[in-house]
Amino acid sequence: MRRIKFTEDHEWLLPDEDGNVTVGITDYAQEQLGDIVFIELPEVGSEIITGDEAAVVESVKAAGDIRAPLNGTVCEINDALVDAPEKVNKDPMGEGWFFKITPNNPEDIDALMDEDAYWEYVSGL
Amino acid sequence: MSTGRIELNKTPLHALHLEQGARMVPFAGYELPVQYRGGILQEHKHTRCQAGLFDISHMGQIRITGDIALSALENLVPGRLADLSLFRQKYTVLTNPEGGIIDDVMVMHAGDHVRLVVNAACKHKVLAYLQNSLGHRCEIQMLASESLLALQGPAAAMNLARYIPAVSELTFMSAGKFIFNGIELTISRSGYTGEDGFELSLSDNCAEDFARLLLKGDEVTLAGLGARDSLRLEAGLCLYGQDIDSTTTPVEAGLHWLIAESSQWKCKNADYPGADIIREQLRSGTGRRRVGLIPQSRAPLRAGTGLLNDRQEQIGVITSGGYSPTLEKPIAMGYVSSDYIQPGTSLGAFARGKEFRIAVVALPFVAHRYCH
Repeated sequence: MRRIKFTEDHEWLLPDEDGNVTVGITDYAQEQLGDIVFIELPEVGSEIITGDEAAVVESVKAAGDIRAPLNGTVCEINDALVDAPEKVNKDPMGEGWFFKITPNNPEDIDALMDEDAYWEYVSGL
Repeated sequence: MSTGRIELNKTPLHALHLEQGARMVPFAGYELPVQYRGGILQEHKHTRCQAGLFDISHMGQIRITGDIALSALENLVPGRLADLSLFRQKYTVLTNPEGGIIDDVMVMHAGDHVRLVVNAACKHKVLAYLQNSLGHRCEIQMLASESLLALQGPAAAMNLARYIPAVSELTFMSAGKFIFNGIELTISRSGYTGEDGFELSLSDNCAEDFARLLLKGDEVTLAGLGARDSLRLEAGLCLYGQDIDSTTTPVEAGLHWLIAESSQWKCKNADYPGADIIREQLRSGTGRRRVGLIPQSRAPLRAGTGLLNDRQEQIGVITSGGYSPTLEKPIAMGYVSSDYIQPGTSLGAFARGKEFRIAVVALPFVAHRYCH
């Protein structure tokens, strides 16, 4: 069973049994952004490339990009966030998920940080 | 978020901010709270429906002493000051020879002196300018050990009157000196949120105790720079360095009202910096004007975003933009060329590689509720 992984951009990635990967932002990221008031999600079916802008997040005080953490195709988006972006503040690791990717190469995720490594990374910031 | 090795100033409320879970950010050479635990939305809404307490001690408080202080200062601004009554306050701008704004300031007739509140980022510049312009006629000093608190919101008067009942008698833009438990305070009924409220100047060493006293009332919450910015934007008030600066005139900025009352007498002997340019703009109009803007989609559009007409020509720029917690949608202000200032005009805005629609609207976004 695969475990949750993290990027240095404070995204979390959770692979499911189908091989799709759910992507969201961490509690640290939502805390830093503050109250989120706008989210723009990618289109289902769009191809994304690691490092490109995949979604836009605007908080009361700042704008931020969500960069694609893997190469792949967007297979599902969390439409509920468009009308209720505050879900990301309230439950970033649950109801506040952003989108799911079908990765081109499922092994790519192995190179990302595990939970311990991410906490170490965050505590060094 | 690197701030280098620059030593940041701390206000006397620094320990209180940290204790209340503030997220501190560098601002105009100070370390200041952008928000507390509740977050900007909560602080904003609380200020609109009850009261918010803001530490604005970073702002400059300048004392001008001398019999002719007000009339001397009048020579530097577009409006009339010499007839300002005792403990009345006035908002005005210091202008440069091009009619641009050196700073926007509050001027108070404080009895034996004139007191200015100036922007934090401008305070050294303004002090030097005043010393240079008026120093031979008046004594000018920065009140370097005075804190400034802003208590804003519909419950502000009730809260403050619990300790200083006489503040209830103040009306918008009037002020007074008060003593509470041996603490001397200069209090004006004014602010930067569009709400009723007060700005309180008091000695640094009393500021924390007094702030804690005000916070004892359930109706008051601490509010940071984030809420201060979203509140003033909803109220359509200018932020120096964004909406006004040395290249914008008060006419372009839509601050006619601070010139208009004096335009008649000023026409006779106007001699403040930039007077000719400003008078000409009042007569024949300006090429551009500050307007309110409402993005037509949910995406907030930020300062620096270009504004386009239907021919895709850039005819303006956003100078402040964000999210309005009261209207629950994005709002903005900016300058547009004079052909496009009519409310209802639809413009394009180019951001993040996409074009958005944005409508010109009248300011303010949220009606002022001052106590007149």
